[in-house]
Amino acid sequence: MKVGVVVFPGSNCDRDMYHVLSDVFNLDTQYFWHDKGLPKNIDAVILPGGFSYGDRLRAGVIAAHSPIIKDVQKMAEKGVPVLGVCNGFQILVESGLLPGVLLKNDSLNFMCEWTNLIVENNKTPFTNKLKLHQKIPIPIANGEGKYYADDETLKKLKKKNQIVFRYSDVVNGSANRIAGVCNEDGNVVGMMPHPERAVESEINPVDNKPSSLIFESLLTQMGVKN
Amino acid sequence: MSLESEELSDLKSKIGRDPTSTELQIVAAEWSEHCSYKSSKRHLKMLPMKGPLVINEKGYDSGVLDVGGGYVVTAHIESHNHPSAVEPYGGAATGVGGVVRDILSAGTRPIAIFDGLRFGNIEKDKQARWLFKNAVLGVADYGNCLGIPTIGGEVEFDECYENYALVDVACVGLGKKENLIKNHAKKGDIVVLMGGSTGRDGIGGSQFASDSLESEDRSAVQIPDPFIEKLIIEVILEARNQKLIHAMKDLGGGGLSCAISETADALDIGIEMDVDKVHTRENDMHPDEIMISESQERMLIVTNKTKLKKLQNICDKFRIGCSVIGSVKFDNNVHIKKGKKTFANLSADIVANATLLDLPSKKPAYLETIAQEKKLKSITDYSKIMMKLLASPNIASKIWVYGQYDHEVGIRTVIKPGADASVLRLDNGKFLSVKIDGNPKQCYINPREGAIGCFEEACRNVVCTGAKPIGMLDHLQFGSPKDPEIFWTFLESLKGLTDFANEFKIPCIGGKVSLYNETPSGPIKPTPLIGVLGLIDKKPLISQKITNGDCLVIVGDTKDEMGGSEFFEYIHKFIGGNCPTVDFKESKKNMKSVLDSIKQQILKSAHDCSKGGLAVAVSELCMTNQIGCKVSLNKVPGEKLTDDRILFSESHSRYLLTIDEKNIEKLENILKKNKVKFQIIGKFGGKKIHFANGIKSIVALDVNKAQKTWLTSLKNLVLHS
Repeated sequence: MKVGVVVFPGSNCDRDMYHVLSDVFNLDTQYFWHDKGLPKNIDAVILPGGFSYGDRLRAGVIAAHSPIIKDVQKMAEKGVPVLGVCNGFQILVESGLLPGVLLKNDSLNFMCEWTNLIVENNKTPFTNKLKLHQKIPIPIANGEGKYYADDETLKKLKKKNQIVFRYSDVVNGSANRIAGVCNEDGNVVGMMPHPERAVESEINPVDNKPSSLIFESLLTQMGVKN
Repeated sequence: MSLESEELSDLKSKIGRDPTSTELQIVAAEWSEHCSYKSSKRHLKMLPMKGPLVINEKGYDSGVLDVGGGYVVTAHIESHNHPSAVEPYGGAATGVGGVVRDILSAGTRPIAIFDGLRFGNIEKDKQARWLFKNAVLGVADYGNCLGIPTIGGEVEFDECYENYALVDVACVGLGKKENLIKNHAKKGDIVVLMGGSTGRDGIGGSQFASDSLESEDRSAVQIPDPFIEKLIIEVILEARNQKLIHAMKDLGGGGLSCAISETADALDIGIEMDVDKVHTRENDMHPDEIMISESQERMLIVTNKTKLKKLQNICDKFRIGCSVIGSVKFDNNVHIKKGKKTFANLSADIVANATLLDLPSKKPAYLETIAQEKKLKSITDYSKIMMKLLASPNIASKIWVYGQYDHEVGIRTVIKPGADASVLRLDNGKFLSVKIDGNPKQCYINPREGAIGCFEEACRNVVCTGAKPIGMLDHLQFGSPKDPEIFWTFLESLKGLTDFANEFKIPCIGGKVSLYNETPSGPIKPTPLIGVLGLIDKKPLISQKITNGDCLVIVGDTKDEMGGSEFFEYIHKFIGGNCPTVDFKESKKNMKSVLDSIKQQILKSAHDCSKGGLAVAVSELCMTNQIGCKVSLNKVPGEKLTDDRILFSESHSRYLLTIDEKNIEKLENILKKNKVKFQIIGKFGGKKIHFANGIKSIVALDVNKAQKTWLTSLKNLVLHS
């Protein structure tokens, strides 16, 4: 079982994600640089957070044109679990793998704070161990984290159960307080908050168990015993 | 912006001829106050710089501490005051960039940023608000993009910074001891310039920073590009892992001139370089411009020909420019050519070592009378005064600032910003606690005691997390050293810091001097900023939630020391009075007793008592825990004082400990054993912050109301006024 962490120029949560996958959850984890392809034997792909290409033009938009994205697309079509966190989510949205866009926060500022998520879909590879409407204390850290989609798309998201996480409070002006969505098949998930920053009790001032379940869900999905 | 006439004749006599124009530019940059420390260097030697944990290597821009298990921590502090006063966003951002590269130069990964920001009165002054807002944005945008958490700092406002800004940035790095770059060079080695292209920005920046700010010379301000810096970090660390770097230096003040001459001087080599080989942003740059440009995000690397290919491969992977600009010679000269033509050829020793000055000093006249207090207006409603203080820019929560900084990235932040000191977990199982502190109000009233106070306050803060102080960074910021009175305050501060460092055996591992900080209305108040690093071997004290019935204990005497207090300055608009002084013996005992209690794991939290005095420190505990507290002022140890002095005196060496009642006896035993002054002064519970003297109620505040004011007033001030 192998997990790939895709690294773009300017990714800066790649090492944190790697640490959590490999040291906390004992997964065979490998970095993949953006200008190459992905091998076929990868069982899950993670796009970590950061500032790919310095957020120039718009967060995630340049990285969405990286050569590796074609392979991520192919894997997504095959049903391989794909998770984009923060800038990774922005890249998935910009590459059309997920619906909607991410706009500047209502505060117009970068926001780094602990929030609470509510699980809205516990059928994805990253939420299957979580209870529906379970609360997850988790930090956000972004400047462009306000989820936006037109009314029709929002309706469709709701109907097809594509809203994965909502904030429990109004945080940044996201439509319907959306913090994470998935594709129609449910195997591609994007979320603005950082689960990799919340799974270790040493650095989580609230409760690290709910966030850990995001990764344990992946282990279950991949058939790895925990 | 050039050499003064004595310096020019000094240069001529040293080289025995007239300098070329390029030589003049190079020397002017390197002999500027900013690069040469010519006014301060002979005095800085008094600070103790050695210690059992300190690793000294030649040519380092940062201090190195051995933290055990094969790991080292590096630390440095820099300021970007002049640029930030003109262009706060770019000035602050490039301030972050510069200090990050200093950490990188030792071969360590930067793991945390700290910022100390100072501006004029933001309540009255629009310009100060603009400077503040944009400097914060500059730090945020740069640090966030790099993925280095900004985990602590301080912000202060004082009228002495009118139309000006102090932007200080400290950075901490972590690495394996075996990976430290041991700067060296062999004959035949080559000199590589890697990173961003060299342009016309920041031309003459170091001279600009060494003058009073009379003209707003925007071309001297550097342009930030954090994306390039992020790539440089990864290139350097990959090259370090492959052992491709013989020596390395970041390009900061003075650009290539300083990097080349200081590298040559530190390694006792000569460097010959060709300006045509430098990758530039524009085609028509003159050699002089190339040599003194302070374009950001550049590193100078010494390597050899066989390693070069690998280095270039790494640079290609990250699409970072990498030019071979010269080679190592053994004549100790800095030889600058354009093609075959020589533009400068000077001994590195002459360029890198300006003649040091021995400036006169004289005790300022104002100090003779400043300790005298004037008669203050009497106050009837202390609750109202408390609310006013909690809303005041210096005391209000700085969450609007650190909420814009990614303080979690890197997943090391164990104690987050907003607490006493921030704590990072290291890779050897230990924890690093860091705090920076300044107090210009006290330093103005008493430069020596004020500076010691900053040092002790930073120590108190790391002690509150359970850490033992192991190293200090000093950043000494003053007005023009040519004014003997200002220079006297510089020397007094330095002597105070030296005495404290010697007594407590805390070595100075790095620092910076920033002079000529003059505003249109005069020099800034003396502003030494002290950073203290503390090490925790086992477990930091992470504050637990205070609940009903918990006890409040104060350690340390409260004295009649109102000089420079927020109560005098903000409420009474009075500058003067008795500056708080640190009794070294008491300070040491108190520190030890708090560390002993933390080790016994009986405390819920430990909080330092400083700005705003006991009244504010207790309120902070109540507001962050959303619980009330009833405090008896008559129980507070110290000489007999009026209520307002007990509430607002900013005496040092004081700690507030919170503890479950069932553990109180154990605590009393530890404190008694250490022979410290202490008292149980309050009990938590209810929803009121309550101070009473006997049966007389002095202050009664609703916790929620106080908290709301404290949390939102700074943001409201910046965004809505």
